[in-house]
Amino acid sequence: MNNIAGRPLNGVVVEDDDEDEANGDGLEAWERAYTEDRSWESLQEDESGLLRPIDTTAIHHAQYRRRLRALAATAATARIQKGLIRYMYIVVDLSKAASERDFRPSRMAVIAKQVEAFIREFFDQNPLSHVGLVTTKDGVAQSLTDLGGSPESHIKALMGKLECSAEMFICKHLCQETGGTYSVALDESHFKELILEHAPPPPAIAEYATANLIKMGFPQRAAEGSVAICTCHEEAKTGGGYTCPRCKVRVCELPTECRICGLTLISSPHLARSYHHLFPIVPFVEISPSSQNDPSHNFPNICFGCQESLLSHGNKPELSVSCPKCKQQFCLDCDIYIHESLHNCPGCESFRHSKSVTIA
Amino acid sequence: MTSAPSKLYADDVSLLVVTLDTNPFFWTTFPFHFSEFLSQVLAFLNSILLLGQLNQLVVIATGCNSCGYIYDSTSNRNHASTNGTMPALYSNLLHNLEEFLARDQKLTMPHAPVTVPSSLLSGSLSMALCYIQRAFRSGPMHPQPRILCLQGSTDGPEQYVAIMNAIFSAQRSSVPVDSCYIGSNNSAFLQQASYITGGIYYRPPQMDGLFQYLSTVFATDLHSRAFLRLPKSLGVDFRASCFCHKQTIDMGYVCSVCLSIFCEHHDKCSTCSSVFGQAQSNVASADNRKRKAS
Repeated sequence: MNNIAGRPLNGVVVEDDDEDEANGDGLEAWERAYTEDRSWESLQEDESGLLRPIDTTAIHHAQYRRRLRALAATAATARIQKGLIRYMYIVVDLSKAASERDFRPSRMAVIAKQVEAFIREFFDQNPLSHVGLVTTKDGVAQSLTDLGGSPESHIKALMGKLECSAEMFICKHLCQETGGTYSVALDESHFKELILEHAPPPPAIAEYATANLIKMGFPQRAAEGSVAICTCHEEAKTGGGYTCPRCKVRVCELPTECRICGLTLISSPHLARSYHHLFPIVPFVEISPSSQNDPSHNFPNICFGCQESLLSHGNKPELSVSCPKCKQQFCLDCDIYIHESLHNCPGCESFRHSKSVTIA
Repeated sequence: MTSAPSKLYADDVSLLVVTLDTNPFFWTTFPFHFSEFLSQVLAFLNSILLLGQLNQLVVIATGCNSCGYIYDSTSNRNHASTNGTMPALYSNLLHNLEEFLARDQKLTMPHAPVTVPSSLLSGSLSMALCYIQRAFRSGPMHPQPRILCLQGSTDGPEQYVAIMNAIFSAQRSSVPVDSCYIGSNNSAFLQQASYITGGIYYRPPQMDGLFQYLSTVFATDLHSRAFLRLPKSLGVDFRASCFCHKQTIDMGYVCSVCLSIFCEHHDKCSTCSSVFGQAQSNVASADNRKRKAS
């Protein structure tokens, strides 16, 4: 990570008290906790005047349901074609402005951390895509890493099309002309949210979405005792590699392009990782507390996924949701987990003769 | 999605979620009896609870028409005391299992299936993962979760996407999926599951010694596994099947829109109906032509 912090600005040496904190020396760990994590701000009073930590779960649930309703309103019932094979360049600003301390401990550190998380998330959601990095400094752009499919090689990475300081006219103009999005981050958590919005595949633009049949190879994993010279490191390796089906050379990891014959090599789990975008599950519908206790509906009041009781103290029903296809009841935490990570409805998967869509 | 928070107490406290294959179509054709299998599995499950006071155990039954929870060691609905002849675990589990099998049988459609239907593994895995997420939510002092699949039925190709979704979600939450497969040929789905999530896939060579295999290979907690020599994977078949003939292929053509796999060149994708080599929407080009003409 570049350390520009020590350089004087405009030839004047600026005395910076924050320097010690960023470097971590001269301060005890308990002191550092106060400078970076203001835990006293996340308290509130309850009805009897006692202090307790802010209860974020209710806010989290409400935000989730609101976002889901907004998405359902805009999304058509027809499937939106998504761009699944993506090529993305990330442009990072490494100029002196990046060493400003309005983001703790410095803009550079926050950017590095968030972009590393973004790159891992990006490759998780888009396994067939490539990422490249470009840095800008002193008016000159330099390509840091080329388009490549392996996340590890990009982990020294730095930024996205986001700005940490005030709007820059030229960046905004660029985004408007090409039809992209421009955002300014207010603080670290907002920055994290904005950058992770770019991870899931976007809707494909109709005119550019030409369908093509791409030839790909599915190599087998070699046995543990085999020895071969691999084409990526050009040295002899034992065990666990993959053999290109066309030219039979050994490669170390997937997905990759065979260096000898140019065939794209991939394994079926890589393709399967994207199938949930093509076969999404329907959002769950809320059950009003009044109909939960209604005997005609026969709700068991236990979450089908995690078996948690949906009645709070005193047998009062809490907010729950149900799947419109299999009619099973779920708690809100399972709802969030199912739609954001699992992409399977446990109810639809657990009943053979339900009306769920089965994929051949 | 954030990964599992780091544990703060003893390394060897585990939450084991077991998915038990109860598919009657498989068990009637299998030479080993379900009752003998169950007695060995119950002894193993009891030993898990005896290894550590804080260990938790959950059992989910995988039937051919439905899936359901049949045992939860932390639930307060369990009968508190034993009846003298067997531990409380046995009586609770057997009681719930009988009820589950009766319900499952009622859901069978009247006509007999042509081939042996597979069990609904995707449903059990999804329920297991939801339960594990609940354990993560219980706070920083949660046990280390893992899943063990006791499976004998063959893989159902219609569950492929759902099982892969469950596997990827388990990988993101750092939950290993172990598999003890007792059927005749290896299960490709379970091999991939164990490989991707970092679990163990093992096919016991002799069913009479099942308890020994279970207790030496699958009983240890995740921390202690680093010190043991556990069965290595003998190769995982990652080849894809083509959508047209369902045969495994090692070179094929992939549609860039829907990622369906074909073994030979087609003009049109059978899954998403997109025509290859031409822009998707003809509406935009029609509008352009109209505008140019007027």
